[in-house]
Amino acid sequence: MSLLYIVSWVEFSPIKPEVGLLFWSTVVFAIFWLIIGKLAFKPIIRALNDRSNTIQDSLDAAKIAKEEMKNLRSENDRIMAEAREEKMRIIKEAKDAANLIVSDAKDRAKEEAQRITINAKNEIENAKMAALVDVKNQLGAMATDIAEKIIRKNLSNDTSHQEYVKKLVDEVKMN
Amino acid sequence: MGKTFAQEGYNSHSTPTETSKPLSSPDQDTENQSLINDHSHNDSHSEQAHETHSEHEFKADETAFHHISDLNVYNIGPWNFPLPCILYAKDQGWSIFSSSNFDIDDHHHGSGNKAVDRYALNKGRVMRIIDSSFPMGEVSVEGFKLEEKEVEGKKKETNFVIANGQKYELEKSSTIDGGLFGGGITTFFDFSITKNVFGMILVIGLISWLFLGMARSYKRNPGSAPLGSQKLFEPIILFIQDEVAKPFIGVKYERYMPLLLSIFFFILSLNLFGQIPFFGGANVTGNLAVTLVLAVIVFIVVNLNGNKHYWEHILWMPGIPAWVKTLITPIEILGIFIKPVTLTLRLFANIIAGHIVIIIFISLIFIFGKAGAEPGAAYGASVASVLLALFISSIELLVAFIQAYVFTLLTASYIGAAIEEHHHTEADHH
Repeated sequence: MSLLYIVSWVEFSPIKPEVGLLFWSTVVFAIFWLIIGKLAFKPIIRALNDRSNTIQDSLDAAKIAKEEMKNLRSENDRIMAEAREEKMRIIKEAKDAANLIVSDAKDRAKEEAQRITINAKNEIENAKMAALVDVKNQLGAMATDIAEKIIRKNLSNDTSHQEYVKKLVDEVKMN
Repeated sequence: MGKTFAQEGYNSHSTPTETSKPLSSPDQDTENQSLINDHSHNDSHSEQAHETHSEHEFKADETAFHHISDLNVYNIGPWNFPLPCILYAKDQGWSIFSSSNFDIDDHHHGSGNKAVDRYALNKGRVMRIIDSSFPMGEVSVEGFKLEEKEVEGKKKETNFVIANGQKYELEKSSTIDGGLFGGGITTFFDFSITKNVFGMILVIGLISWLFLGMARSYKRNPGSAPLGSQKLFEPIILFIQDEVAKPFIGVKYERYMPLLLSIFFFILSLNLFGQIPFFGGANVTGNLAVTLVLAVIVFIVVNLNGNKHYWEHILWMPGIPAWVKTLITPIEILGIFIKPVTLTLRLFANIIAGHIVIIIFISLIFIFGKAGAEPGAAYGASVASVLLALFISSIELLVAFIQAYVFTLLTASYIGAAIEEHHHTEADHH
């Protein structure tokens, strides 16, 4: 009751809803709500939501890109590892091949050397034989010479001997 | 009516000895002059000012109530700026004119030195002279007074205007409180652009312009980082959306966002506007009419959007015994109407309380200084009052935000309750 007492005692108009103020408040608020709400608040909210969606989408896209990047990197790593393995394999193969070639070459060289050695031996043998033949011949000639000289001294007048020698020489020549 | 009161004399409020004095021109009668609350156009009495001052005791409550009231003038400091008056009385139709036609007196809370078409400006408020014998057009006014009058066995404070040496009863404009707070429908309606209406149009116009500009700039460069006013308002808008609308309303929140944002910014901007000192202190959100309009709009929106489940829960709450339902239903129906009432009163009381407290603290200077009689005490009190007023002002800034938030939050929760889909009712039917 004390409130009512104060109200009636002094002018306390804010608690009395005046018709004019009710009317104008309704008009101003209705305009603010219906017109500004439609022209300003709705587009603002839409813009804000669109923007937040854009940001969310961008974040998602970045996440996906990151994931892809990660996958890509692991793929790269795999390829690198494979390449490294391949390299090792190739090197190993090359080494093997080189070893093979070297041992092959060695074998062949050995063979060649053997062949050469045999050839050389044969030639030496041949040469030796030829030399021996030559020596024999030389010895024969020398012996003949000596013998001739001896014989000549004895047979210088003996035609029969001369003829015989002639005959012998012919035989030699015919050979 | 005016004549009978005039014969009693217009100083009946004071001692019986004074009532016997003859009705002379108030300009020559100092005794009478002191009884006229708003004596005006009376500069010849300035020498006797200190005499009358001691009789004019400073009343902090009157000062406070005057400052928080709606007026037909806009007073900034000692100046009173006229506002348009749009008045309607059944027997004399519409009267539209500027309140400057009242010849506003700058020294006495904006009372008018003239009456226009049976309307007079008493302490910044337009009142109507009931007596139909009072002449139309501009009539010079000698003063106003407040005295008790017997109405239906009850004493009632009534305003009178003194003109042509006679006393005429004044009537306030119509209010819709039905006499509950001392108002009621009278013979005229005041649709004027009052201080509150002017402040409201000014502030809402300003923020409308701001928001329209913001909306344009969102349209112009979509998806870009916020610029200018967007930086300031964007977090608030997002706060209302994410912390108020989404949790309380749910998936359909976007439909109600314009309403929630309108309510929030309407209340917030007017709360803050009322806090500006020496700018008229338009107490818009601390006026029951304004908060009532907001609450009624919320009430209409909530109940128009209420779905089947909402009404079912109010009228015939499912899942409880029938005899309990008969108890619950009246309470629920009462609840529909209590909600807007609490919305109205909460905002009104919080804002008006802040205004009154600040004015009372400032008034301490005048109370201690005995209205200029003790300047030393006034200086001492001013230090304390300024500190106290500063403290309350800071709190009021917080209250401005909190009340706007609370009103919006409750609106969202009422809407949410009205449109919520209740799934548990299906389980009850099994």
